[in-house]
This record gives sequence, structure tokens and C-alpha cells, in this order.
Amino acid sequence: MINYDKTREIGISILRRWSLIFLVGEIVFFSIVGTNYFSLKNLQNILVGSTTVLLLATGETFVIITGGIDLSVGFMVGFSSVVSAKVMVNLEAAGFSQPLAITIGILTALLLGLIPGFINGFLVAKLSVPPFIATFSMYGIAYGFAEIICNNVPVHNLPTSLGSLGHGYLFYWLPGKIFSFLSKPENLTREELKHLISIIPNVTVITFIFIVIFAFILSKTKFGQHTYAIGGNINAAERAGINVKAHLIKIYMISSFFASLAGVMYVLQFITGRAPAGSARLLDAVAAVVIGGASLYGGKGTVMGTIIGALIIGVLEIGLVNLIIPTYNLHIAVGCILIFTVLVDQFSPELMHKEEEIR
Amino acid sequence: MEPLLEVKNITKRFGGLTAVDNVDMQIYPGEVMGILGDNGAGKSTLIKVISGVHHAEAGQIFFEGQKIKISNPMEALKIGIETIYQDLALAENMDVYSNIFLGREKLKKFLGFIDVLDYDYMLDESKKVLNRLEISIPSLKNKIMILSGGQRQAVAISRSIYWNAKLLIMDEPTAALGVAEREKVLNLVNTLSSHGVSVIIISHQIHDVFSVATRLLIMRRGKKIAERVTKKTSTDEVVGLIVGSLPGDYVEASEEKK
Repeated sequence: MINYDKTREIGISILRRWSLIFLVGEIVFFSIVGTNYFSLKNLQNILVGSTTVLLLATGETFVIITGGIDLSVGFMVGFSSVVSAKVMVNLEAAGFSQPLAITIGILTALLLGLIPGFINGFLVAKLSVPPFIATFSMYGIAYGFAEIICNNVPVHNLPTSLGSLGHGYLFYWLPGKIFSFLSKPENLTREELKHLISIIPNVTVITFIFIVIFAFILSKTKFGQHTYAIGGNINAAERAGINVKAHLIKIYMISSFFASLAGVMYVLQFITGRAPAGSARLLDAVAAVVIGGASLYGGKGTVMGTIIGALIIGVLEIGLVNLIIPTYNLHIAVGCILIFTVLVDQFSPELMHKEEEIR
Repeated sequence: MEPLLEVKNITKRFGGLTAVDNVDMQIYPGEVMGILGDNGAGKSTLIKVISGVHHAEAGQIFFEGQKIKISNPMEALKIGIETIYQDLALAENMDVYSNIFLGREKLKKFLGFIDVLDYDYMLDESKKVLNRLEISIPSLKNKIMILSGGQRQAVAISRSIYWNAKLLIMDEPTAALGVAEREKVLNLVNTLSSHGVSVIIISHQIHDVFSVATRLLIMRRGKKIAERVTKKTSTDEVVGLIVGSLPGDYVEASEEKK
């Protein structure tokens, strides 16, 4: 009897952490099968490659916990990339210094990016439009505006110093010789450049700063607590005196903020602004949130889970590239994982909700 | 003794329908009162007037001797009138203590300037209130979703008590419960009463009401037709009053006026 309970306990804790175990399993698998998969360079590539999904999914986590969904984020990335790129190009042409043009471009995109979120939230909270419809409409509107702003062509000729920011790393290390912070050592010989180790991409640093801040907000603050309450029982939240409508508007603004940030990161990485940038990542983002343990019915989910979900997709994608398997297989794999996730959740509802005694 | 709550001549109409017709009622500190009546008798409408959900067309409400106006449920909560509806208003995805503090979370400073939730304080306080009410729940870190109906009821009640409810209104508290659970909830009502909290119970389960309420108010078609001390009446008499096979005390009087 005791043995049965023990096995059950172990079974439950494995089921609860299956996504983390799956992620580690993936990395181990590709490290064994692939070539040079388990290397600092490749692991950093995975992180940089996952930037858009990580950001979109973090914002989406908040929305999904409240029981909604934000489909607009797909084209919000493109909108934000086009806006920031256009502003940078025009300001530089008008004689602004590059750093200033870049800063203003980024801030403009992030500020403008809050507007669609506000409209989404307003439609959902105040006018009771179903989230699917409200944000799906915004999806089209954002794309249309993005195409208008860039006249149907990608924005090019961005400030050249964007590259050192977007392709830069936090640390550079030439073993035994140089260790430098933020700036790439200059005047290196070819041989030295070959051995130069670049550690932690800037793009990933920025991404994780925002993810950590919002993970903290969700798990430790009143705002986060109310987010879960709204997703669990919106009437209870209202009766407890929570301003549900104002809260929902903020939630959709958080989501569109993350989408805009993803657009800015896109510009930093690819030094261009494109209207369809990131649109293919929308469903990966939703998948990451669900794989991470959230429920589309609301009330459940964590940023940590979402990060694991996003990395499961990112590791798989780079793994397929490494094995020279066509990446459309990624969609099949993500689809299967998604179904598996939902099945695990369906067949162990009671197990997954029991809080362990030790926090 | 001064009544905790007194309502005088309350009338509430919905269009042409008079849902509550000129009802008077007093409830004293620590008293448990049952409101009985058939479907559509006006019980729920009456308590919704008291809890601020509906506004009466006529009549006054006095709380602790003061004339008050309750224009919304939040105001009712502020003065100490809590209503526990059948759906209990709990967030099932959250744990016990988070529900007790929902909307009124205790915060502490993190790094000196960031407000974060003070889990330890909320957990301790929740334990205290549950102990005080002699409620046992395996772990306060359990989510509501895995608790039984009776335990959920107990959590909802503890929340009200923690926030200093003086009058607790319970709408069909035992309707969805099994026998053992029902017993526990009724015991809890007695505990509340011994702590000086007044309780109004609305229920179709006449036996449940009889086992806890000291006084009964019987309504029929929006009117208060009788008031009885539980010990001095029988279920037969009360059923007769509810269904109308027995005349009420007040109906004749008001009909004579016509």
C-alpha cells in the first residue's frame, strides 16, 4: 500500500514536470545525434532564435490566464518592426545621430504598440466582444497599417550601429588574454577572432530582463493574484472588489507591449522592418503557453512554464536544422506535443492541482 | 436589546410584479433567523435588498440603530453585511488563503519599495480564523477545486468572518451538500452565532432551518405572513403557512384594509 502511494507520488511529480523533463530530453537527444549541438554557440543560437516566441508567449500567458486569447500579436510584431525601422531611417536622414534615432525609433514603436492593446482590452472588457474576435480583427488591422506605413516593401538602410547592438554580446572572452564587457575587442588578428568566445547575446539579455520582471509581477504581486482570480472566477473577482474591466485592459496592453518589443528585437536582429515579421510565430507562442501548463479556459499558467514551452519549440527547431531535416516537420512535432499536453492535462486534472505541502 | 438590523416597510417591484410587499424584519446580534417560503415568495429579493444588489422602492433599513442606505454590494460589505451565495464566489483555481484575502491582499515591501504579496501573513491569519471557527481543512495551500462542497462553504464563511462580518446572509447553504457535510455547515452556523455573528438563512430544506434557526420568518407572494419562534412551532404548521393551507398572521389584517 505504502509502495503504491510512493509510486503514485513519484508519478504525479513526474507528470507535473513532464515539460521540463521533455526539454532536457530533447537537448540530450540532439546533443547525441546532432553535430556540435551541445556547444555554447549553438545553445545561444537557440535562445536568439526563440526571441520572438519567448516574448509573444510571455505576454500571451497573461491573456490566457484571464481566459482570453490575443491573436493580434502575430502582426503586431510586424507593425512594431516597421514603425521603429521607419522612424529610425527618417530621423537619421533628418540629421539625427544614430543612437538618438535608434532610441526614438524604439520608444515610438513601444508606445504606439500600447494602443492596439488598449483597444483590444476595451473591446473585450467594456463592450463584451469575445477576445477571439476583438484580437483577430486587430490582427488584420495591424497588418494593414504596417503595409501602409512601409508601402509594401521592407524597410532598409537602417542606422548601421544597430548591428553592434543587435548582434552584440554581453561578454567577450579571449582565453588567457582579454575579457571585455559589452564591447567587442578591436584590432584582433584573424587567429584571435577564431578563438574569441562571445557570451550571452544582447537580444537575449533584453528579452529576459522583461520576462523576469513580468514573471515577478505575475507570481508575486497583487496584479498577478488578480489576474489568476479573474481567470478562475470572474464573478468572484468582481464581488471581491477587483476592478475587472480596468484589469483586463491592462492585460491586453501587456500582451501588445510584448509583441511590440518582439518587433523591436526583430529590427535589432535582422536590421530591417517587415510587415509580416513574426506573424508565423503567433501559433507557436500560443502553443508555448499551453505546453507550459496554461489552460485556454483560464486560471492556470506560469511564465516559467511558458519559457519551457517556448524553449521546447526552439530546441526542436534548431535541432531539426542541425540534423538537416526540413523545418516544416517542426509544425508536425509541435502539433503532436500540443495534443500530448492537453491529454496529460485532461487525464490528470486532480493530480495537477494538488499543491505540495512544501512550497 | 437593540436589533443589529431592522428593515421597515420594504417594498420592491419589478415592473408590475411586487416581489417584496411591505415587509418588516428585525434581527438581533448572534441570532440565527430562517426565511422560508416557496419559489417566488420573495425571499431572495428581500435579501438582495439588504445586501445592496436591489434597491427598494419604499422602506427603511437600520443597522446598529443607524438609518442607512445601501446602494451597492460593496457598501454592504463595508458596514459588515456579507452574503454567501450558492456559487460561493470563490476562485477555484486559487488556494484557500488566497481566496480568503482575495481583493484585500496583505502586501509587504520587497527591496524596500516594491509591493509584493505577504504569503506568510495571509497563511497564518487564515489558519487562525479557521481554527477559531473549528474548521479543519487538510492544507490551506490546496486549491479550492479539490475541496468538498462543505469545505468550500466553510472557506467562504471564514472569509466573511475574517473581514468582520456582523451579519451573514446565506442563500441555500446546504442545497448541494451530502448529509455529513450538511451537518458540519449547520454546526458552523451555530459556532458563528456563539461568536456573536447574526445569520440569516434562506433555504428550502425546512429541517435544516429548524435545526439552527431560533426564529423563522415565513413569506408568501412577496408578503411576510408569519413570524414564529422555532421552539414554539412545528414543521407541519410552517409547511401549512408556506403553501397557504394555513392563514398567516398579517395577511388578514392587510386584506381587511382593502
